[in-house]
Amino acid sequence: MPSATLLGQALISGVLAGGMYGLLALGLSLSWGLLRLVNLSYFALAFLAAYLTYELGTTYHVEPWWSAVLIVPSMVAIGVVQYWVFDKFKVNELASLLITFSFAVILEVVIQLYWTADYRRFETHYSTLSIKAGPFYIPVLELVLCLVAGALAWGTWLWLRKTYVGKALRASAEDADIAAAYGVDHKKLAYLLSGISAGYAGVAGTFIALIATLAPAQIWAWLGVVFAVVIIGRLGNPLGALFAGMAIGASESLAMAVMSPAWAPVVSFSVLIVILLWDPDWL
Amino acid sequence: MTNANGLPKLAAVLGIAVFAILPTAGLPAFYESFFYLVFFWVSLSTSWALLSGFAGYFSLGHAAFFGVGMYTTATLTTKFEVPFLATIPAAAALAALLGIGIGAVVFRVRRLRGELFALLTLAVTFVIATIILNTPIDGGAGVFMISVPMPAIMSSQTGTIYVLGFAMCVLTLAIAWWVAHSRLGMGLFAIHDDEDVAEAKGVPTFRYKIVAFALSAGIAGAVGGIHAMYVGFLTVGGTFELTVPLYVVLMSVLGGSRHWFGPAVGATVITALLYAFISGGEAMIGRALVGAILIIAILWLPDGVVPAVQKWLRRQRVAGAGASATAMPAELVPVELAPTKPVGQRNILEARTVTKRFGGLQALDGVDLDVREGEILGLVGPNGSGKTTLINVISGHFPLTSGTIAVDGVQIGHLPAHEIAGRGVARTYQIPRPFANMTVLDNVTLAATFGGPARPAAEMRDEAVHWIGFTGLAGKEAALPAELNLHERKFLELARALAARPKLLLLDEVLSGLNPAEIDNAIRLVRAIRAQGATIVFVEHLMRAVVELSDRVAVLNEGKLFALGAPRDVMRDPRVISIYLGKAYAA
Repeated sequence: MPSATLLGQALISGVLAGGMYGLLALGLSLSWGLLRLVNLSYFALAFLAAYLTYELGTTYHVEPWWSAVLIVPSMVAIGVVQYWVFDKFKVNELASLLITFSFAVILEVVIQLYWTADYRRFETHYSTLSIKAGPFYIPVLELVLCLVAGALAWGTWLWLRKTYVGKALRASAEDADIAAAYGVDHKKLAYLLSGISAGYAGVAGTFIALIATLAPAQIWAWLGVVFAVVIIGRLGNPLGALFAGMAIGASESLAMAVMSPAWAPVVSFSVLIVILLWDPDWL
Repeated sequence: MTNANGLPKLAAVLGIAVFAILPTAGLPAFYESFFYLVFFWVSLSTSWALLSGFAGYFSLGHAAFFGVGMYTTATLTTKFEVPFLATIPAAAALAALLGIGIGAVVFRVRRLRGELFALLTLAVTFVIATIILNTPIDGGAGVFMISVPMPAIMSSQTGTIYVLGFAMCVLTLAIAWWVAHSRLGMGLFAIHDDEDVAEAKGVPTFRYKIVAFALSAGIAGAVGGIHAMYVGFLTVGGTFELTVPLYVVLMSVLGGSRHWFGPAVGATVITALLYAFISGGEAMIGRALVGAILIIAILWLPDGVVPAVQKWLRRQRVAGAGASATAMPAELVPVELAPTKPVGQRNILEARTVTKRFGGLQALDGVDLDVREGEILGLVGPNGSGKTTLINVISGHFPLTSGTIAVDGVQIGHLPAHEIAGRGVARTYQIPRPFANMTVLDNVTLAATFGGPARPAAEMRDEAVHWIGFTGLAGKEAALPAELNLHERKFLELARALAARPKLLLLDEVLSGLNPAEIDNAIRLVRAIRAQGATIVFVEHLMRAVVELSDRVAVLNEGKLFALGAPRDVMRDPRVISIYLGKAYAA
């Protein structure tokens, strides 16, 4: 059994790593839960954003935060165009999954043709910064990521709960026809939400560039775990996605510390399988 | 006509013969290897479609079954020195068992349809991959198959692999063809369209889904067993790759996953494309192109290539047939009223203290009701009084909370819906729920096949045609439900119920939404049905119809039986008037 310090450190790194799961899950959860579109291309868009951040940072020495100002709105625009296609062809959930998967494959090819399949690492002075709290080390970048993810999730949650626009969106997700009969302009809202969801992928991409090693095939590395997070956190619930991400991150990290790193993938999927079969009311 | 039917058969026989003797023609190994890959993907995508295309349970876990098959063969040949060919049935059996195991758990959860089922199967894949990686089955180092002796079916190694892959491919297509043309396939297609209705029409949905899952997984396992020998070196990463389930899905959807031959077409096209680009050194471009083709195909041909071609061919034929194809309008029912048999003394339905609770809501509160053989019982009551719930409970759609229900002396209260349907209880839905992708004829044939007594398929079809004519839908046999108007869809509901030759027919507001002429038509139809010997319980709001049709009327109020008797007596009862209109009108 590892020491308490080691377990504590594992827990902290796990929760912080889970912030990335949560951030990646945000867009998928919103579009799936509220637009009934399973958009797999967010994983590829996040990596496209990460590679652009890397390119701007290494070739033109642009600070990643300034790159984000440019990249995130571009992702929003892509999200809006995607919804235009979905709407024009009346795409259902399953078809949306296949279409966005294909789109992601195409993006993967584009990334590989331009940046090759080599591993890329964007070295910045941020990556070594960390705060020491008692016996534990907290890496600053991951902490910022969690704070940003938390702010976005919380803000989105408030927006959906408290504002008229958010309520209208949730009403449309329940029953688009009835909501329309009460004067909700579903399409306008859907364009907005689709754009926002893709924008979150852009934000995630900025952090991926700073934290992770980039390779085109890595696009698929998080797919499974983020799916689990989206379901466990409940479709369309941004705060749920964030907390589920952190919970899965923590349990994976603890499993790695107690058993062996190779067993980590079992954790999230076992949790997912158990929860799906248990079928609790809150799901 | 015989020519048109004989042609595909001839093509199939010729195709099988040509491909079977191909390895003896001395082709370069390159071609054998290419054709093997085509067979491999055709088998894999066709097996996927057996469950996911036919029954609509979309799986992303096909790599799990395929991978289990690969590692079964690898483990048995390398660690236990079992001959390679003997491991293939074992690979199939183990994969099928895994499928049955997953199905037995998952298919009990009603909610797990659609994308959630897809994700669950994906999750299972990851778990199995991790287990194999971390146990001595693989251990992370991979498994070499080089030392395993290849049976000398053909002179060369690639020739043997080719023949095995080809045999598997033919077998898989034969199974898919058989399923698509059997009772099992008919049930699976119905499950795809509306599982609850399929169950109510007598399809044993749980068992059929398990059988389809076992077939699908078993074939994938056998394909994996052969493929282990082809690749020669297994790694967990390469075996349980996400591309396996995704390519399988892409190929099936592109070709048409509801058609037995659709996946084969999609698999051939995509494999050929990928191979062309890989051999040209442009593998990445090939991948992107496949992605682009899929996007275009789903947007413009959502049902797949094969169904689209079929539809086009049918249109050509209809255009050629010209005016004769324009159907006569559905006219009034040509019914001569046979003298009605007197109502018997035997009870066909006996319900005792039937209770149904939804959480805190008491929908039915101790209802006792007898229905006599040959009678028409009208079931009335204010909205929310429990009429439709009673029908749902009798037909087995909802389980009873407590109480007993007997049909013809047999307790049915706790049977699954399909067995209740098999015991002669048929129902209609207030809002018609036809199987959307099946023609009118297939809709009715399904009800005859699963609801009525066992008969040869041709007889069922004749009977279906008879009931379609009986309900005035003659000429619409080949139409899809979406092409019918509400009136016709309501009558399709009736035709489906009648084709099951029910002892007890439960009609849920067949008249609502019809215009006066259509109502008269429907009333005559209900009389004609009774004249055939069925007992009818019908829920209705339209009092004119209730009084005209019923032998007795039962009034439900707040989940309790409120009044029961001859129509005119019940309707004059001040208590009944008060629950409908309020106390002021009761005097």
